[in-house]
Amino acid sequence: MTVTTTPLAAAAAAPAARTLKLWRLEGFPLIPALILLFIAFVAIFADFLAPYDPQIGSLARRFRPPAWEAGGSMAHLLGTDHVGRDVLSRLIFGARVSMVVGLTAVLVAGGIGTLLGILSGYLGGWVDQVIMRVVDAWLALPALTFAIFLAAIVGPSELNIIVILGGVYWTRYARVVRGEVLSLKQREFVRLAVVAGCSKALIMRRHILPNVINSAIVLATLMLGVVIVTEASLSFLGVGVPPPKPAWGLMMADGKKGLMVGYWWLTVFPGICIMLMVLSANLLGDWLRVKLDPQLRQL
Amino acid sequence: MANKLLSLENLSAHYVSQQGTRVVRAVDEVTLSLDAGETLGIVGESGSGKSTLALTILRLLPKAARIVGGRIMFEGEDLVDKPEAEMRRVRGKRIAMILQDPMASLNPLFTIGDQVGEPLRVHEGASRSSAWQRAIDLIKSVRIASPQTRVAQFPHEMSGGMRQRIVGAIGMSCEPRLLIADEPTTSLDLTIQAQYLDLLRELQRAHGLALIFITHNLGIVAKMCDQLAVMYAGRVVEQGPVSRVFSRPLHPYTKALLGSIPRMTEEREQLTAIDGQPPDLANLPAGCSFAARCPAAFARCQVEAPPAFTVEPGRSARCWLVAPAVHASIDQTIPLSRSAAS
Amino acid sequence: MTAVMEAKGLSKHFQARRGLFGGSRGVVRAVDEISFAIEPGHTLGVVGESGCGKTTTAKLVLGLETPSGGSIQFEGRDLETLDAPGRRRYRKSVQAVFQDPYASLNPRMRISAIIAEPLVTNEKTTAADVRQRVLELLDLVGLPERSADLFPHEFSGGQRQRIAIARALVLSPQVIVLDEPVSALDVSIRAQILNLLRNLQTRLGLSYLFIAHDLAAVAHMSHEIVVMYLGKIVESGEARALALSPKHPYTKALFAAALPSHPDERSDEPVLQGEVPSPLAPPSGCHFHPRCPHATPRCAREAPRLRPVEGRQVACHLFD
Repeated sequence: MTVTTTPLAAAAAAPAARTLKLWRLEGFPLIPALILLFIAFVAIFADFLAPYDPQIGSLARRFRPPAWEAGGSMAHLLGTDHVGRDVLSRLIFGARVSMVVGLTAVLVAGGIGTLLGILSGYLGGWVDQVIMRVVDAWLALPALTFAIFLAAIVGPSELNIIVILGGVYWTRYARVVRGEVLSLKQREFVRLAVVAGCSKALIMRRHILPNVINSAIVLATLMLGVVIVTEASLSFLGVGVPPPKPAWGLMMADGKKGLMVGYWWLTVFPGICIMLMVLSANLLGDWLRVKLDPQLRQL
Repeated sequence: MANKLLSLENLSAHYVSQQGTRVVRAVDEVTLSLDAGETLGIVGESGSGKSTLALTILRLLPKAARIVGGRIMFEGEDLVDKPEAEMRRVRGKRIAMILQDPMASLNPLFTIGDQVGEPLRVHEGASRSSAWQRAIDLIKSVRIASPQTRVAQFPHEMSGGMRQRIVGAIGMSCEPRLLIADEPTTSLDLTIQAQYLDLLRELQRAHGLALIFITHNLGIVAKMCDQLAVMYAGRVVEQGPVSRVFSRPLHPYTKALLGSIPRMTEEREQLTAIDGQPPDLANLPAGCSFAARCPAAFARCQVEAPPAFTVEPGRSARCWLVAPAVHASIDQTIPLSRSAAS
Repeated sequence: MTAVMEAKGLSKHFQARRGLFGGSRGVVRAVDEISFAIEPGHTLGVVGESGCGKTTTAKLVLGLETPSGGSIQFEGRDLETLDAPGRRRYRKSVQAVFQDPYASLNPRMRISAIIAEPLVTNEKTTAADVRQRVLELLDLVGLPERSADLFPHEFSGGQRQRIAIARALVLSPQVIVLDEPVSALDVSIRAQILNLLRNLQTRLGLSYLFIAHDLAAVAHMSHEIVVMYLGKIVESGEARALALSPKHPYTKALFAAALPSHPDERSDEPVLQGEVPSPLAPPSGCHFHPRCPHATPRCAREAPRLRPVEGRQVACHLFD
């Protein structure tokens, strides 16, 4: 007695289990996705795209306004800063910093948080208690202040900033992932794995982890915005990525003094870049959450 | 037909996707009727359209669905074209509906008294205090002890069986003529289910209520119903008095369904199993929608969907096998081989 | 016939805590000194309503919970006394199929990996052997070969249950615990799965512990039936005899509450009143006495023991 499979079940099932053709799904935020891709592209090919070295400036050409203003020239499309460095080139290389720091920090935070969330949720008992109390304590501290504090202690460097951001933001992951794991634990396929004789480590790796990845990805996209803003804030306050490496937040800090005298382009352009990146990440993450979440429940 | 309480005539309701490309024929040319005080059982599996039918009668279809044809005659009026404001006066007052999950039907934040009294305040303009008093009476009528205490309690303070009875009390509060119960006992334990069905029977006798049971459980139909309608892929494939249908099912699907249920009174090695899966309602095959799984299908079944043939008064089936001689075709006696059919 | 598995005075108690820090404690006697035996090639049906302890019994048999008292004997040896290899053999000999076909399969794993998991976890085999076995089992449960490389979401509920059954069979177990295996399926699909289970039982000599709330299905599938109420067994015996003439008042009420299979079989028997009591505060003596139409003062004082009555075991003072 053979029974053929039908596409009927596919319509009702979660596409989260198949490779997602994201862009075909309804409501896909095309523009935010393209913006992020564009920023990534710029970050990767910064060396070829930037017209000038971002760190070398000429004092003779300081405070040039953008090309369309009086006094501007096509040589410096978006103007120059207080030491004569080309703003456009700094923005382009700044994209690299933001992307690298942002993505890596999110990966670090996600990695730590997911791991601890799974351990905490699945093992329960004192492991859960300890991890959750640490998370509670961590969350009680305001993230930004804590980051500044840590940055001031360990000193600024790109690597340090990544580690700090990762270390500050893992707690959100741990919480969310733990919640997922708690409900996954009750699902029959996990119980069946126990009945089959699988060890706890095996179950966590093979059954729990792949089923929380979706949530982790959604959270990562949402956290990206937060991390970038934090990085920009740290740079703005002078404890972020150290100069003369261009970071958008740092550019804003440097340009802040120029606002009073009308050198608006020094803060507005980096500000717009930060805003676009964060907004796009948030819109994409939001859409992903709506798409993947209800279907996660269907699994 | 004038004395029928409810009469559905060729009723169809379809779900249409946003782009208008996918049409799901959830309810397709359904013709049913019910007298006052009678109990009708609508039986079907998932995807048969039975729950959609219930929503259609009450005009509670979601935005994606619409009634595309037919009439719903209730007490002589057609409900299909009734304006929404008038429908609101029908729902809860003249036709009531109770659903499967009592916890979802009750608001956890309001007292039982508030919820039971709500239809009274909405439909009859009762004051809060008089609705509260009547709520106590209603709670008593559904056989819940100490109604005065219960009326001030909240849903979570009651057991599942009690909650389902409260839902029944809410449904009955305005003394409707028709109560539609969609899988009302699925979440209940056996003995609690028996109590609940017993209660419904008694309420029916006391109020002259007509009941429609929507269920996949033929046992409930056997116990409670006078009439039975079997739905498959949005259509009514067989209907008639319950005893007759159970004793002599006409449609192969009904036969298979009845044969697939284990019985305590007989020892059988194998239950009748129906091969295959129910069809996709958005892609119904031409011809009879059951043909692909039917052990008695023949060539005509795949080409032309049979109309409902009346075999006796009040008894009909949508199947070429019961067609009177003038409709029958020569190849009726040559069943298709299984592989050709699927 | 020596039983494959026997429970002797098996108990499982849970501590119930109120509030965050304990407070007044209560003990839930989810399973209270029950004894039963599963014969080779036979199905033992367990019936009862919410709170009767049938799910906990299943968990105890599967090793998902440890008993608070009594023992489970497997092949004549007490589970507690088994060493690690012995426990592993037990695991391999007792498998399960659960109720929800949509939650029983890891949505991220292919069918072949799902079915093979118990095998690769417990034994060293080559990939070719594993593949061979997976295909064998797919054939056994009536699914086409190409199912092996697909994902669960491409299958319907009935097909997923078949996959779950195939997985349960991969280690050639002796006992399979079936916890409501067909309640989540459509009526016409239930028959397919029940037929499959019976065929497999005959072919492979499997024993089943069959838990379901559908009395007719249990009566159809089982050779022996055990009726539970609030953690205790109130009646047990040969399936058909028990279903046709139950002796314990609760069993009678339960089978009377079962839905008829034909309108002509409608009975007007009085319906059992009252709610199922909370397992936290079970009635004294015989747990059923508050709802029992034949209760006597003795029933409130003294809990009846299971006694043989006409070839069956019944725990009721009426039969003392």
